[in-house]
Amino acid sequence: MSILTVSNLTKQFGGLVAVNSVDMTVEKGSITAVIGPNGAGKTTFFNLITGVYQPDKGNVQLGSTSLVGLKPHEISRHGIARTFQNIRLFSNITVLENVMVGLHKQLQAGIVGTLFQTKRVREEEKQAQEEAYHWLEYVGLAQHLNEDAQNLSYGAQRRLEIARALATKPKLLLLDEPAAGMNPRETRELTEFIHRMREDLDMTIVLIEHDMKLVMEISEQIFVLDHGEKIAEGKPAEIRNNVKVIEAYLGKSAVTPA
Amino acid sequence: MQKLTNKLKGNKLAQIILLVLYVVVTSLSLYLAQASVTAFLLMLFSLLLLYYTELPVRLKWLIAGVVLIGVIPFVSSTGPGYQSYMEVATVVGIYVAMALGLNIVVGLAGLLDLGFVAFFAIGSYTYGIFATGQAANFMPFGSFPLSGNSFWIFILIGCFAAALFGVLLGIPVLRVKGDYLAIVTLGFGEIIRIVFNNLDKPVNITNGAMGLASVQPPEIFGYQFVYPNQFYYIVLGILLLVILAVRRFEFSKIGRSWKAVRENEIAAQSMGIHLVRTKLLAFAIGASFSGMMGVVFAAKQTFVDPTSFTLLESITILVMVILGGMGSVPGVILGAAVITILNLQVLTEVTNYLNQLSLDGVISFPEALSPAKMQRFIFGAILIVFAIYRPQGLIPAKNPVFDEESLKEGSKKHKKEQIAVEPDKGFQA
Repeated sequence: MSILTVSNLTKQFGGLVAVNSVDMTVEKGSITAVIGPNGAGKTTFFNLITGVYQPDKGNVQLGSTSLVGLKPHEISRHGIARTFQNIRLFSNITVLENVMVGLHKQLQAGIVGTLFQTKRVREEEKQAQEEAYHWLEYVGLAQHLNEDAQNLSYGAQRRLEIARALATKPKLLLLDEPAAGMNPRETRELTEFIHRMREDLDMTIVLIEHDMKLVMEISEQIFVLDHGEKIAEGKPAEIRNNVKVIEAYLGKSAVTPA
Repeated sequence: MQKLTNKLKGNKLAQIILLVLYVVVTSLSLYLAQASVTAFLLMLFSLLLLYYTELPVRLKWLIAGVVLIGVIPFVSSTGPGYQSYMEVATVVGIYVAMALGLNIVVGLAGLLDLGFVAFFAIGSYTYGIFATGQAANFMPFGSFPLSGNSFWIFILIGCFAAALFGVLLGIPVLRVKGDYLAIVTLGFGEIIRIVFNNLDKPVNITNGAMGLASVQPPEIFGYQFVYPNQFYYIVLGILLLVILAVRRFEFSKIGRSWKAVRENEIAAQSMGIHLVRTKLLAFAIGASFSGMMGVVFAAKQTFVDPTSFTLLESITILVMVILGGMGSVPGVILGAAVITILNLQVLTEVTNYLNQLSLDGVISFPEALSPAKMQRFIFGAILIVFAIYRPQGLIPAKNPVFDEESLKEGSKKHKKEQIAVEPDKGFQA
C-alpha cells in the first residue's frame, strides 16, 4: 500500500525548472532514498512535499488526501515531519524545549487556560516535558536536556532535529542528508538508528543522502533525480548498475569509454 | 569584594539581614532627608538587591510587596517631595508594563516593532474620548462624560481595543519580515498619531491637536483618584497582573511557539505552528498591556493630545527592552525603571544642579548643552555601548531549567505505552 503518491510534480524558479514532472510512489513502512548530484532538485522536492514551496503543477497525496495548497503547519498536522539539510534548530532555547515545540499540535492549552494555569494546563505541560524527555532518551541526548541547542556538537544537533521531528508523531519522516558531516562510525550508527526507528515507531522514511554506502545499505527503493527530472528508480542493486545514473554522477565518458 | 560575595552565597540569613538593613537605612535616609533624590533611588535599588538574593520566590514577592505597597509610599509621604516621587514611581510602572508588552513582540516573538506607542495612544484615547464631553459629538445615545466609575471597565476596554488594533495592524504587516517590518510598524505608529491629530473633522472625534482636556478621574464608591500617590496603587495592581501574565505566557505552549518563530520560522512551521496566528497573538497580547496603561495614563494626566505619542516614545520603550535584555522579564523591568528614572529624575536633577552652578557663577554652562536636552544623544550612546559590550542586556534572558530526575520517572510511562528504549543499543555517537 502506498502512503505517499507524487504525480507530475513541477516547480520552476524563473527560467530554471528545479523539479520537472516527477512521479513517485512510496510504500507504507518502507525506507526510500532520493539521490542525485548537487543541484538535482532533491531539497526542492522535499520542500514541495512539506509545503515550503507550492508546486506549479502536479499533485502530492498522503494516503488519500492531497497536500497541494496546504501550509507547512497543516501538512505537519497531516503527519509529515522533516529534518533540514542545513540544521534548523531553535538555537537559543533548551534542548528539551526544542522537542517540546514538536509536541505543539497535541497540546490543548489556550490563552485563558494559560493565564489561569488551570490544573489541566499544568498537567498537560508536565506530561509534555516527560514525553519530550522520553524522545531525548530515545536519541541519546537525555543528559543534555537543559543545554541551549546551539551548544550541542554537530552530530548531537542532527539527533536533536530527529527527536524534534519524532515528537510530532509522524507517519512519514523526511530526512534531508542526515549523515552529512558525520564520520564513518557515526554514519554506521545512524544507519542502525534509522532501521530501529522504522521498526519501533511504525513509520515510513524518505531520505536524501549523498553517502552511497548508507543509501545502498538502508533503502528498499531508490529514486534518482538529475536536473530536476527523475532519471531512474528501483532497488539498490538495479540503481547501482543503471547506465543513466552512472552517467549523471560520473559523466558520459564513464559510460562510453573512448 | 569577591570574598564577601562568596561568603554571602548560600547564606540566606545573612542575605536577609543585609537586605533588611539596607531597606531600613535607605528608608531612614529618605524619611529624614526628604528632598534627596539619591535616597529615593537607593530605596528603589533595594528591589534589585532583592532580585539577586537566593530567597524562595514567594518570599521575594512578599518582601517586594511590602516594600512597594508599604515602605516606599510611607517613608516618602511626610516631605514636600512626596507627590513627585509617587509620580516618578507611577510613570515607571506605566513604562514597565509597556516595555513588558513590547518584550513579548520583540524579545519573545522576534518581531521588531517601532510603532508600539500607537497602542498606548489607542488606550489613552479610548478612555479620553468617553470620559470627556467629546463622545457627545458623535454618539447618538448616552450622556457624556461618563463618570469616573467607568474607569475600571475602561481598563478592560482599552486592553481589548489595543489588542484588536494589534491584530488589525498585524494582518497586513506580518507579510513582511525583519527590517521591512520595523519600517512598516514605524509607519503605523505615525499614522495613528496623525489620524488622532486630524480626526476633528468632519466629525469631531478626537478634538485634533487641541487634545482632550479634563478627563474624568477614576472613582470607586465615591472615592476619587486624583493624586499620583493614588494612581500609584492602580498602576501597581495592573503591573502585578501584567507580570503574572507575562510569566505564565513565557513558559507555556504559547511562549514556546513565539520563541520557535523567533529562532526559525521554517522549522517552527514544519513543527505544526501556525505562523500568522502565533505572530498575531504576540502583537495582540503585547498591545493589550499598552492599552491598559494608556487608559491609566489618560486618567492620570487628565489630558490627552497627540504629542504624547511620538516616535521618540516608541524608541524609548524599545531602548528599555534592549537595555534590560530582550526576552528577559526581570531585565526589561530593570531597563524600563532605569530609563524612566534617568529621564525624569537624573537628567532633570543634573540640569538643575548645573543651572544652579551657572547662576552662582561657578562655571558658565551653555543652555544648549543641558543634559535634559540630550535625551536622544544619551539613548543613542546607551544603545551603542550595550550593543558592543553587553548585547544580551542588563539581566540576560534565562531558559527554564528542568528537573531531570522527575522527568526520568515520568518518561517511564511513555516507554511502556510506546516503545522500549535500550540505551546500550541506542544511537550514541
